[in-house]
Amino acid sequence: METTSTLEKILRLIALTLVVIFFMFPIFWIFLMSFQTNETILAIPPSVIFTPTLSNYAALITGKLTTAAGTLDIAFMRNLMNSIFLSVTSVAIALVLGVPAAYAFARHKFKGSEDIAFTLLSFRFAPPLLVLLPLTQYFQWLGLADTYFGLIWVYQLICLPLILWIVRGYFEDISADVEYAYRIAGHSWFATFRKIALPLAGPGIAAAGLLAFIFAWNNFVFALVLASADKQPVTVGALAFVTSSGIQYGQIASAIVLSVTPTLALALYAQRYLVEGLSLGAVKG
Amino acid sequence: MTTLQLKNIVKRYKTNTVLDNLSLEVAEGETLVLFGPSGAGKTVLLRLVAGVIDPDEGQILIGGDDVSDIDAEHRGIGMAFQNFALFPHMSAFDNIASPLTATGSTKDAISAGVQKVAKLLKIDHVLTHHPKALSNGQKQRTALARALAGSPPLLLLDDPLRNVDAKLRFEMRLELPRLLAAQGATVVYVTQDYKEAMALGDRIAVMSQGRIRQIGTPEDIYNAPADIEIARLFGDPTINLLDVVPKSGPDGVYVELSNVKVALPGMPASVVGKTCVIGLRPEAIAFTDAGAAGGIPVTVEAETPLNEKTVTLVLTARGREILVSRPAGTPGPVSGPARIAVDGHAAFLFDKESGALIPSAATPMTRNGEAA
Repeated sequence: METTSTLEKILRLIALTLVVIFFMFPIFWIFLMSFQTNETILAIPPSVIFTPTLSNYAALITGKLTTAAGTLDIAFMRNLMNSIFLSVTSVAIALVLGVPAAYAFARHKFKGSEDIAFTLLSFRFAPPLLVLLPLTQYFQWLGLADTYFGLIWVYQLICLPLILWIVRGYFEDISADVEYAYRIAGHSWFATFRKIALPLAGPGIAAAGLLAFIFAWNNFVFALVLASADKQPVTVGALAFVTSSGIQYGQIASAIVLSVTPTLALALYAQRYLVEGLSLGAVKG
Repeated sequence: MTTLQLKNIVKRYKTNTVLDNLSLEVAEGETLVLFGPSGAGKTVLLRLVAGVIDPDEGQILIGGDDVSDIDAEHRGIGMAFQNFALFPHMSAFDNIASPLTATGSTKDAISAGVQKVAKLLKIDHVLTHHPKALSNGQKQRTALARALAGSPPLLLLDDPLRNVDAKLRFEMRLELPRLLAAQGATVVYVTQDYKEAMALGDRIAVMSQGRIRQIGTPEDIYNAPADIEIARLFGDPTINLLDVVPKSGPDGVYVELSNVKVALPGMPASVVGKTCVIGLRPEAIAFTDAGAAGGIPVTVEAETPLNEKTVTLVLTARGREILVSRPAGTPGPVSGPARIAVDGHAAFLFDKESGALIPSAATPMTRNGEAA
């Protein structure tokens, strides 16, 4: 490493630049598109020089999409709210259920505990499409189809195993002696869980919660099949831009920018905890 | 102050029996040292008493009451861990305060309690620090302070000096007996260091493979180790162990070392002709003048001056190594041929096959008959 030649440095820089361009260019292009009209987007050859317009964002926020064929109502803002509500509620419930469960699996080896933990993990093995048909059938039967309650329930398939397995590892990394010491000092097991285990596993819980939020936010198939228009999240709602009079690329782009913003903001905010949390477990092992 | 009784404790992990039908009693205010190699089951024993794990069989009584249905937080125990087990997200103050907050004391009472024990352990100047910012010695003192803070009637100390440096260990070894006496608590102290065991214990229980091999005062164990293993563990420099076959003479039983007779007064005649191991503490051997009767010819190999004594390694005519110890500053040979005299009264005889001590009228018998 110490004898890195200038040539090597340049080559490395070029390689890195290529990788960054490869991955970042589509996002950059979407960002540019969100400020263009459909005409400039579809112009050949494409150009990076254009008069920026906020019409796409205006259409999304007012909910009125004016096309050649007339005015269309779009429910994007409602979709965005749905996404936020579904993801936040799902992750909150998954944390409330998953963190104590993870603690139980980490600290108490009871009969069948490994089997139960594995079964929960196995929910993530099967592709969602595989369970979707029977799920739809009995959700309709139970009257859970097209309800927020039903959607949040299904979202637990995504969030709960993730939180359970990540957080369990963090609890296992806490020295049992530290918890014993607190109990022997005269505190109940619940106080020990609250005052010792939870704060020490904090970064891990934050990381798991963030990952679960991203997975929930990006979910598409469950919401596509189980929710009707007024309960759909942005991932499904974006389909509305494929209209009879053509595909509204400008609106799609601005919808993407808007729908990426919350997760991006959250990720940037929590990045410090995330890196700390994820690497803490790795180093300690 | 309270008593502690263990009755027929068995603890298994899968097929591995960690504690094998172990019984033990600790009197009120007594300091009992559990001494033994790692894997002997000492730490498991402490955890059973603390209540963080449960025994498979047997009974634990604290102050005469069976505690099997009492959770760890209600047993009134203070415990210090070998790895300190400090709460990393709390300051030293909060660490030490943890037994006091559990009892619902007032803020002032907690603060006063922490200050008192912190002063006692000389860590009152680092109370605002988190464990990460403490030195090893300060961590150890914080852990000890936490165990003492609640003035528990029963203190469990799991090798608290294991992870501190030699200087600090020496200091604490001097300081601890006074500290424990001031607390007036009943103490169970786990260690692998025989000097610590000798310095701190009213009694010592020597453990190995989940059983108690010998229990008695430090003097008992030093002067009458129940078997070869215990003799080897207790004493620095290590006891000299030589294979011998005792013979019988007009003056009683004797052994021959390099064809020189060493009388073993008080030894029973039954040992004659049996293959035995003689145990000679280095301080039971002394250099004698060349002309003196009964001297065993040896060659001086090396000399190690320790603080308070000088240890010399000598070789017998048959090439067997023997350590001889004498008070520092006294004259002794540095090299070449020399003669040593053995104090037969201070010699132990062990059965070679079983390793057990052969009791002699001259050595005090161990108090506990169950020694294996």
